[in-house]
Amino acid sequence: MNMLHTINKSPFENSTASSCLKLCTKDSSILFIEDGVISVMKSTKFSETIENALKEFKMYVLKPDLEARGLPLNNVIEGVEIVGYEEFVDLTTEHKTVQSWL
Amino acid sequence: MSDEQIVKKFMYVNRKSPYGTIYALESLEVVLISAAFDQDVSLTFTDDGVYQLMKNQQTDGIGMKNFSSTYSALGDYEIKKIFIDKESLDERGLSLSDLQELVWEDEDEDYAEKSSINLVSRAELSEIMNQQDVVLSF
Repeated sequence: MNMLHTINKSPFENSTASSCLKLCTKDSSILFIEDGVISVMKSTKFSETIENALKEFKMYVLKPDLEARGLPLNNVIEGVEIVGYEEFVDLTTEHKTVQSWL
Repeated sequence: MSDEQIVKKFMYVNRKSPYGTIYALESLEVVLISAAFDQDVSLTFTDDGVYQLMKNQQTDGIGMKNFSSTYSALGDYEIKKIFIDKESLDERGLSLSDLQELVWEDEDEDYAEKSSINLVSRAELSEIMNQQDVVLSF
């Protein structure tokens, strides 16, 4: 598989998530971690961006970071896969390269 | 005259999500320390700061200290003016019911518990912020 992108910033704080979505190629995967998990919640002003991007990219979100922030798992946008640390490791090994956006 | 206590209006503005950065925890610690100085203290939660008060925070998985329960002690420190920006909640698909309740006890009314939380519009928040003597941003 091609590239795994990790996003660790809130989409409301800066343009990291938006920039990643604009620059990553179609066969990329995106994993949302830390404050980045806010990006994939339903009914926010950023939700539509993610919903549209899901047509092109495979997306994952790290469960422990959702739980830490009290963000309900059932409020994650459908199509975004909820993963744990073990799958995080698998994703990094399955992809050719990892781009850690800051 | 020299003994007279000067009371200033302090507002702490919280704009960041918890755990991703240290700002939320640092703000809370500064607020609790400042409570010892008998000032007129208020807290504002706006932008991603509203996430600090989310219910059901469980930090075992990320190995960090869960400080969310500490907010409920604010009332005991006589901090009973908490302003929450309604537009920030709306933009994030949240409502007050997603946040923990914060109360203070009114000793003049047999220690009745009263809510510390004030849901305000940006226009109202702007006005309240403008009335402060000191504004500290986190």
